[in-house]
Amino acid sequence: MSERVPFPEQVSAAPEVVERFGDLHPPFDRQAAVPEANRCLYCFDAPCTIACPTHIDVPSFIKKIASGNLSGSARTILDANILGASCSRACPVEVLCEGACVMHRYNKQPIQIARLQRFAMDTLYESGAPLPFEPGPETGLSVALIGAGPASLACAAELRRRGIRADLYDAHPLPGGLNTYGIAEYKLPLVESLREIEMLSQLGVEFHFETKVDAAGLAELERTHDAVFLGIGLGAIHQLGVAGEQLAGVTNALDLIAGYKSGALTTVPKRVVVVGAGNTAIDAAIASVRLGAREVHILYRRGQEQMSAFAFEYEHAKHEGVKFLWHVQPTGIRGDGAVKGLELTRLAATEDGSIVPEKDSAFVLEADLIVLSIGQATHADFLSGPSSGFGKIQLERGRIVIDRATGQTSQPKFFAGGDCTNGGREVVDAVADGKRAGIGIAGWLGVQHVKV
Amino acid sequence: MSKSKPTLASTFCGIECLNPFWLASAPPTNCGEQIMRAFDAGWGGAVWKTIGEPITNVSSRYSSIDWEGRRMMGFNNIELISDRPIEVNLQEIAEVKRRYPKHVVIASLMVESKRESWHDIVQRAEDAGADGLELNFGCPHGMSERGMGSAVGQVPEYCEQITGWVKEKARTPVIVKLTPNISDIRVPARAAKRGGADALSAINTINSITGIDLDTFQPSPNVDGKSSHGGYCGPAVKPIALNMVQQIQADTASMLPLSGIGGIGSWRDAAEFILLGCSTVQVCTAAMHYGYRIVEDMQDGLLNWMAEKGFATIEDFRGLSLPNVREWKQLNLNYQIVARIHEDLCIGCQLCYTACWDGAHQCIHLDRTSPAPDTTLTPGMVEAESARRISTTPIPKLDAGTSGRTNAITPLERIPRVDEHHCVGCNLCSLVCPVENCITMERIDKDLPFESWEERVAKGLITSGTGEVMSTNT
Repeated sequence: MSERVPFPEQVSAAPEVVERFGDLHPPFDRQAAVPEANRCLYCFDAPCTIACPTHIDVPSFIKKIASGNLSGSARTILDANILGASCSRACPVEVLCEGACVMHRYNKQPIQIARLQRFAMDTLYESGAPLPFEPGPETGLSVALIGAGPASLACAAELRRRGIRADLYDAHPLPGGLNTYGIAEYKLPLVESLREIEMLSQLGVEFHFETKVDAAGLAELERTHDAVFLGIGLGAIHQLGVAGEQLAGVTNALDLIAGYKSGALTTVPKRVVVVGAGNTAIDAAIASVRLGAREVHILYRRGQEQMSAFAFEYEHAKHEGVKFLWHVQPTGIRGDGAVKGLELTRLAATEDGSIVPEKDSAFVLEADLIVLSIGQATHADFLSGPSSGFGKIQLERGRIVIDRATGQTSQPKFFAGGDCTNGGREVVDAVADGKRAGIGIAGWLGVQHVKV
Repeated sequence: MSKSKPTLASTFCGIECLNPFWLASAPPTNCGEQIMRAFDAGWGGAVWKTIGEPITNVSSRYSSIDWEGRRMMGFNNIELISDRPIEVNLQEIAEVKRRYPKHVVIASLMVESKRESWHDIVQRAEDAGADGLELNFGCPHGMSERGMGSAVGQVPEYCEQITGWVKEKARTPVIVKLTPNISDIRVPARAAKRGGADALSAINTINSITGIDLDTFQPSPNVDGKSSHGGYCGPAVKPIALNMVQQIQADTASMLPLSGIGGIGSWRDAAEFILLGCSTVQVCTAAMHYGYRIVEDMQDGLLNWMAEKGFATIEDFRGLSLPNVREWKQLNLNYQIVARIHEDLCIGCQLCYTACWDGAHQCIHLDRTSPAPDTTLTPGMVEAESARRISTTPIPKLDAGTSGRTNAITPLERIPRVDEHHCVGCNLCSLVCPVENCITMERIDKDLPFESWEERVAKGLITSGTGEVMSTNT
């Protein structure tokens, strides 16, 4: 491999961002980690392990922290989840491992699994030790992976451990997908995402950046590789479809988050309105607060009970000072060159469950920046188009249909996982998909018996 | 029973005690200033750190065992007897007794095994005002190499002879402190009694090596890279001490008033030693760990417990548990219990399940939700099966019904089931269960009369040839 600059060294965090986006959950030190690890009951067939999409053997890695076997602990985590460090920070553990902890039923706080996992992973990185895995003996087989997000990275790790060549293609200049560009900095700093992927590259993964793969390109990759993994995620954020959307001062949540994480954006104007009430909307709203906005509103067509954000994310946003406006719909954007305000209409729920505009309820919410976070479109259509040389891959509502256990699509040579198959879930779900697909591809290629 | 306020005041081999809590002969009783502070804190007595020809110590001298984040579960030392001149110690004893006439000061003594040496030190200690003498026949390190300490305690003849020499001269009660580094503690105890001892104290520290540094390969405590066997004490040794106390108190040839030592750190520990026949207790490690102030709760807790139980004095409950310790062959073979899991308390950790499978008798199963109980699944199969399940992060909007999932109730599939017909009543599950009272052991014996191994042999139900029962206590 030619000399290249390690991923984390290709970026430098903006000092404003570093200062304003400190750790949401501060790391453990050894004095705190060991007693917490000892609090773990070491459940049999542990509910936390079952709840984790990647099935990390949680009691086992925690036991190893308690005994001081920190490298063993990190290996246990990475063996199940090659992005164990990112997941320890980005996972909504409240609804996953920690949510499943039996301690809840003992009127006790759950074991702080995420912080323990981060402790083990941080210790591994700080020790300077290499990734505790080696690539398998080369089989001569190769797989092209489209997208370098969590699903493809996890898939690539399984392939490399089995001696299968993994070529990753991504449109961005850096790997990681949403891990690198899309997760709130106080959860997962950009450099931390890259640090983990840098380690993964020790398995001999080949990266091809700033490479967009279209139908023709895909047909070529299909011809030159033994299998193709589609980890293409989702497409652009939806538009409102109202007048004034082209004005300066209208952006979307992903651009806002990627902007401040990469240091391109270090401040926002006074009044910010975020449209949508999902977890990404919450991240964008909190980022706006931390980037200097005085007043941040989140707008949602429906009520609090229908929002897709996790309850703890909602609480966090309120704690940061974000205000919520329920049952309102944007009808237009006002401004003269730049945004000045958002025209809104109040909505009322009808008996049949639909929502209808309330009469004479229009009002204007003044705003300097409007951030759209109303869901992402799919962009998998090119896979089933008539021009695709490999036959149609079955889609459903724009999502790639796969066999859940192996990730295989309707075209046997194509596998898929992550947001492009599930419509948008968590990093850990993408990792689990990628892992299953990696094992599935190896099995389909007949190398499942390689010892990993 | 008496409703009046209980008292901790008692008498031990003729010595009046304000309370039964004494500091053992050790660093906390090294000098008069310390002992006076201890008396101010509430200790009823102190055994002065062993007086003899001053020695030179090494550094370091202590090491310990931590357990799951708790410090000093077991403690070890290679410190020797007092490093201060005999004369200074004796002057300070006199000063302490002058200021604290009602508190007990016992002089712990250790000199070379010569009659004149012992006569001399006994006389000087008593002249200084000591209320009693404790003969240190137990120190396992350093002094034993010089023919003192446990070198005496391990040889009954020496034990008896030196006790005799001391008794020739002593006007105050003589307490012999026994070493546990011996196969049967009753042997030196009987020897001390034959020698005329007025009382015993037990146990001294147990020979130990606490651990090895995995980076340097040096044992601890580290003295310039080397170490030596030391004396083990602290919470870890209490069960061993209780057993030895019981052995002494259950043996008529060794039974004497006894001061209990070994892992005592709270009133509960003290109550247990007294229930096995001790009149006073001696504390060291706990005081070294937390300071003299621990005695406040020891007094307060014991008094409250005594009031609850209706005991007016220490004598009211001293030795009450002795009749309950028997030889194995005298236990009731017809007593049968089984484990019962209380579903309303079970949190589903399944530690009982895996403990029963791997560590006991395979009587707990996970088949509450199977259509027909499938007892053929091994724990390994159960675990492998669940790892194959596909889990996803529940998103409220995408996964209707999962957002409101509650952790309040344990799913039935996670609550293990005890096969009561096969349960042997070993008790392991209830010991590993992290929730108090979740697994209880229920009596199920079917009105069968008491019957022991001994009785079965006597009735001819079992041939005595196979009836030799192993017991470490016999």
